[in-house]
Amino acid sequence: MHSGWAIFIAAVTILSLVACVILLVIASRRQVMSDDNTTGHVWDADLREMNNPLPRWWMWLFVLTVVFAAVYLAFYPGLGSNAGTLNWSSQGQFEAEQAKARTAMAPQYARFVAMPAEELVREPQAMGTGQRLYLNNCAACHGSDARGSKGFPNLTDKDWLGDNSLDAIKKNIAEGRVGMMPPMGAAVGSVDDVRNVANYVLSLSGSGHSDVAAQLGKAKFGTCAACHGADGKGNKTLGAPNLTDRVWLHGGGEQAVIAMIVKGKNNVMPAHAKVLTPEQIHVLGAYVWGLSQSTPVAAK
Amino acid sequence: MTGDPALTVDPAAKAETGADRRESVIRLYEKQPEIYARAVSGWFAGWRWALVWATQLLFYGVPWLQWNGRQLMLFDLEARRFYIGGLVLYPQDFIYLTALLIVSAYALFLFTTVAGRLWCGYACPQTVYTEIFMWVERKFEGDRMQRMKLDAGPWGARKLLRKSAKHGAWIAIGLWTGFTFVGYFTPIQTLGASVLSLGLGPWETFWVLFYGFATYGNAGWMREQVCKYMCPYARFQSVMFDKDTLVIGYDAGRGEPRGTRGRKTDLEAAKLGHCIGCNLCVQVCPTGIDIRNGLQYECIGCAACIDVCDGVMDKMQYPRGLIRYDTQTGMQGHLSRSEELRRVFRPRVLVYTAVLVSICAALVTSLWLRAPFKVNVVRDRGSLASIVDDGFIANVYRLQIMNTTEQVQRYRIGVQGLPRAATDVAGVVVVEAAQARWVPVAVTVPPDDAARAGAGPHGIEFTVERLSDVPGQAPYRIQEHSTFIVPR
Repeated sequence: MHSGWAIFIAAVTILSLVACVILLVIASRRQVMSDDNTTGHVWDADLREMNNPLPRWWMWLFVLTVVFAAVYLAFYPGLGSNAGTLNWSSQGQFEAEQAKARTAMAPQYARFVAMPAEELVREPQAMGTGQRLYLNNCAACHGSDARGSKGFPNLTDKDWLGDNSLDAIKKNIAEGRVGMMPPMGAAVGSVDDVRNVANYVLSLSGSGHSDVAAQLGKAKFGTCAACHGADGKGNKTLGAPNLTDRVWLHGGGEQAVIAMIVKGKNNVMPAHAKVLTPEQIHVLGAYVWGLSQSTPVAAK
Repeated sequence: MTGDPALTVDPAAKAETGADRRESVIRLYEKQPEIYARAVSGWFAGWRWALVWATQLLFYGVPWLQWNGRQLMLFDLEARRFYIGGLVLYPQDFIYLTALLIVSAYALFLFTTVAGRLWCGYACPQTVYTEIFMWVERKFEGDRMQRMKLDAGPWGARKLLRKSAKHGAWIAIGLWTGFTFVGYFTPIQTLGASVLSLGLGPWETFWVLFYGFATYGNAGWMREQVCKYMCPYARFQSVMFDKDTLVIGYDAGRGEPRGTRGRKTDLEAAKLGHCIGCNLCVQVCPTGIDIRNGLQYECIGCAACIDVCDGVMDKMQYPRGLIRYDTQTGMQGHLSRSEELRRVFRPRVLVYTAVLVSICAALVTSLWLRAPFKVNVVRDRGSLASIVDDGFIANVYRLQIMNTTEQVQRYRIGVQGLPRAATDVAGVVVVEAAQARWVPVAVTVPPDDAARAGAGPHGIEFTVERLSDVPGQAPYRIQEHSTFIVPR
């Protein structure tokens, strides 16, 4: 807060408190002319105000609220930018509650962390937790059914861009992942060359293509082979996708493949190490691992 | 209302002396006089005690009742489950609380219109706890005169002992009340165990003490002040009143002129009414008013003055009912019983009754027809639609299935609305007792059916069936609407 405003707010707060006290003192006793138990005020010639005092405890409640305000302002933030002696903040309270929840769940997670993926997927409680973590953190991109969509990988098939061990999945969740396909249009050659290579790529998975163009493009595929391999089966170390299956993360068909070759792609999976604890990542990783296993996951 | 006599001016006294205007002090506040209500017994006092027993047996007793291995009535705020008998309520069922509040409000309006402040006089916790606390007070300090003498007297060992014993008993009742109150939200048996082992959580401690202090303060110290200055109902109940509302009234026509007399005095000759001016009706009044001044907002309708006056009338061998429950028209016109009864069925009573009965009927019907589970459908927002294997169009949803029974249940999920639409949920979904579960569901439609339906959104219905374990019993079915989008 700007210091000028902070001073203004502090001043207004203190003045209001003082005004409350002054009001009480001024109003508490009043000398008036009256002989009929009224305050002596007359409106419209006949409306008079009866002397009807408040109970004393009411006055003490009033005083108490003023005292409460002073005590509150001493402990909690309220006087402008003064943080109060308790140093309370909503952020701090939130973190304290998170820490408390973590402590409460610690024994549960400690048990899960000691278990390998194969055991965790048979543990309904772990999979329930995993599913909730998944729905809260992953489903926005990968979909509630984890089948992904264009640009967001399907987690339930057996097609993995990288290693599909639990450790690799956990690393991807924690640190994120960057999938980078450089623009290769110039390296491949002319517009026709690019179309020919695209047709060759489509032919690898038996997708719709022109045989003539594919034959012409085969020679130019050497540029791609550096990452995708001479047989087009990809390279899991580099994260280069397998081109011989029919999984098209960024869209299939000639136009999409041409666009990919010409423009390249930079696809990012954000890191979650700051959002999730290592124990949560372990359980979540096992849940994701379980999604692509042939035996159905316990919680499904 | 009456303050320090030196500071307030009695208009009657001034009028008599015809004195000149003089200066006096108007005060914003003043100490309220202590009210020493005299003990009373009789027909209405019996009713009040009956209601004290009924309400308190209910309040203190219910948390200890068990049902199917859990507390009969438990409001589990942490898990957001509210157990009332066999009923398991979710936060989604808050409409029932609304209905309950409306029923309570209209019942209050109806009773008030017909018979005045019945609630205040007999059933209000403020009255009930004050009754209990005054009984304790009488046990330790005696009745009205003894209490006044004790308070006026100097502090000594005897006074200290009696006062501290009274407050000790009050605090004990207050704490037990607070403990019971918290026992509706935390299982009371574990709560009792943690009290005994001094292991009460900070919030439980706070609420036990808070509610305990509120009971002690309100029933021990505040008493009629709550009714006079705090209670909103006391202030707006007068709008429910009319001339045919049953109120506690003093029959001035019969009672006046009041005065002392012997039992044998000839009233005609002495020009006296039935009121002997004993002031007992003032002494028993818990709010410290004189009912003979007419209907006053302070009157909580407890009928203590009726009980005590009837006793006096019996002694004097006059007919009972100088102070009685009667309507204002009845008091003035001396209507017969049947005439007064006929006046009960007046428009506002009929309207209140109609509203009350219809809401009660709606509430009962709604509870009776209540589904044993709930379903929410949430469409995935990340992607509207995707094309999966063989050109099938897929839309993804999350179904939340909330099991409102206390048994494990099995559900089958289906979808209708588009030809050959299918879900990917294989087999049945199992949901634990009183638990909710999210189920991701992908709905797929074959490409030719999707093309025939056309691009854009299409309404679909999810059907969730609870499978019955009883052979031959039809499954319970809930349909939930959603939208299936076919991309362009």
